[in-house]
Amino acid sequence: MLNKKPVKLLALPALLWMGALFVLPMLMIAVLSFLKRGTYGQVVYEFTLNNYIRIFDPLYGQIFWDTLVVAVLTTVFSILCGYPLAYYISRLEKSTQQIWLLLVMIPFWINFLVRSYAWVIILRSQGVINTFLQSLGIISEPLPLLYNSGSVLLGMVYTLMPFMVLPIYVSLEQMDRRKLEAAYDLGATPWKAFWHVTLPMTKTGVVTGSILVFVSSIGMFVVPDVMGGAKSALIGNVIQNQFLSARDWPFGSALSIVLMLLSMLLILLYFRATKASETKEGSA
Amino acid sequence: MKKIIHLDSIEKRFADTVVVPSFSLSIEEGEFLTLLGPSGCGKTTLLRMIAGFEQPTTGEIFLDEKPLSHVPPYQRDMNMVFQQYALFPHMTVEQNILFGLKMKKVNAAEQQKRLEEVLQYVQLTELRKRTPKQLSGGQQQRVAIARAIINNPRVLLLDEPLGALDYQLRKSLQLELKNLQKNLGITFIYVTHDQEEAMAMSDRIAVMNKGRIEQIASPAEIYNSPQTLFVATFIGENNIFRENGTNAAIRPEKIKLYPIDSDKDKHKKLGTIADAVFLGNLRKVFIRLEGQDMTVMAHQYAGDGLDWQVGEQVAIGWAQTDEVILPC
Repeated sequence: MLNKKPVKLLALPALLWMGALFVLPMLMIAVLSFLKRGTYGQVVYEFTLNNYIRIFDPLYGQIFWDTLVVAVLTTVFSILCGYPLAYYISRLEKSTQQIWLLLVMIPFWINFLVRSYAWVIILRSQGVINTFLQSLGIISEPLPLLYNSGSVLLGMVYTLMPFMVLPIYVSLEQMDRRKLEAAYDLGATPWKAFWHVTLPMTKTGVVTGSILVFVSSIGMFVVPDVMGGAKSALIGNVIQNQFLSARDWPFGSALSIVLMLLSMLLILLYFRATKASETKEGSA
Repeated sequence: MKKIIHLDSIEKRFADTVVVPSFSLSIEEGEFLTLLGPSGCGKTTLLRMIAGFEQPTTGEIFLDEKPLSHVPPYQRDMNMVFQQYALFPHMTVEQNILFGLKMKKVNAAEQQKRLEEVLQYVQLTELRKRTPKQLSGGQQQRVAIARAIINNPRVLLLDEPLGALDYQLRKSLQLELKNLQKNLGITFIYVTHDQEEAMAMSDRIAVMNKGRIEQIASPAEIYNSPQTLFVATFIGENNIFRENGTNAAIRPEKIKLYPIDSDKDKHKKLGTIADAVFLGNLRKVFIRLEGQDMTVMAHQYAGDGLDWQVGEQVAIGWAQTDEVILPC
């Protein structure tokens, strides 16, 4: 039998890492959010609630709201595009699956900023799409494809899609195909079998993917920065600004804390909702 | 009796390998037919072709004289009880059982009526709100059967339905299944590798080996008059004597043991007791033949007054009528 003690030690490196690089900074942020900013951007060690009161300014409220809308839309579009892709991959031959999964993951190997700028080159007024359409004479003026909420959404879905595809693919792979055959056998058409058996049985993948995408998009600042222009600032950009340009660390910290609590609350609600639909199905 | 299913020159190939070589077979209405064979013999493939999950490479399957090759599984008037049951884990017992009726849009009142009947029939009324995870293997098996028979299928296909259960439970469920089949009058096509199961339940057994049906007959006929060496050795135990280009099969219970100095006219061969295994109602006696590289097995029932010891010399004999001559 394995001795428990050495096994416990195996978790130690990870615990130390997370402790030093995640828990401690989080505590520092929490403390910072209750302190004051000095005239030259330094932190003054005096307790205040002003940072939190400032968040209730309608300006920030609007940005929080916009961020949530973009995050929810990003999640929804990622499901709509990611699920069919994951489904398609899971139905391929094993060797072909490997190639497709690799293709899904390759963008991760390329710098994030480079990928965002690649989109700028495609979408801008003198970009690939506009030049092409103009040369065909389909449009006379370049279309405003960049620097709006649509382009931000496009960039976000593009960037975060792998986080949706992979967990859904895994749950599709784990699903016992005989359950699907059982559904066909009992008279379900392929579409009904998908709706009543495959989708409910792969819900875990969708939930996991949604949380990964939602949480990542809520704090995203590079994409809105590069593809959204000044008009489409999201909360991630505001926080980045507070820390880097405005040099107001306490306010940036307060925004971070509120953002974090808000995401946690929303994830909790999401869990509740998916659980509730499960029990509803269960009693119907 | 009326034919319900007819397989006409069915053949199945995967890539270039022939899994089921061409053959024809008719199944009668209300019959309990078992496809019996070792694993990998093609019996499950055959069942899946009837269900529609696999297409025969050539040939046609008829249900009530209608060809099925262009009928998808969800439009075939038969249901399957899957190996490991394939119950839907996200649904309750009730929802699992109702699934087929819901898919066929049977009206709600009828659904409820049939549900109550079936639940009662398989004795699951009290467990109706549970999910499959909360059930024992035997209970899951009942759900799988209920889920199939609620649709009143013309044919029920069963793929090793008792394979995952322990011995005692399997025994009692064999009888239950047989009774169910009699009472409902549904045609059963049953796949198993367990010959005892096949013997206990079937009207006819199709013994399969390497994709081929070696023999199809009643259990008694399969046992008493096997037509091939495979059937003779796969079903029950047998002693095969190879002589002059033929095989003679003699069942262990037909072999008689004699002390070497009595009944000399009945002696066929001489040997030495190599081993004797006590099994409760009988003893299996292994006899090493003299001058031959062969061990014969004989069953000795309790109370015959002969207590054979290992190392003893013995003569064996059998009635000529108990010999089954098989082609090589």
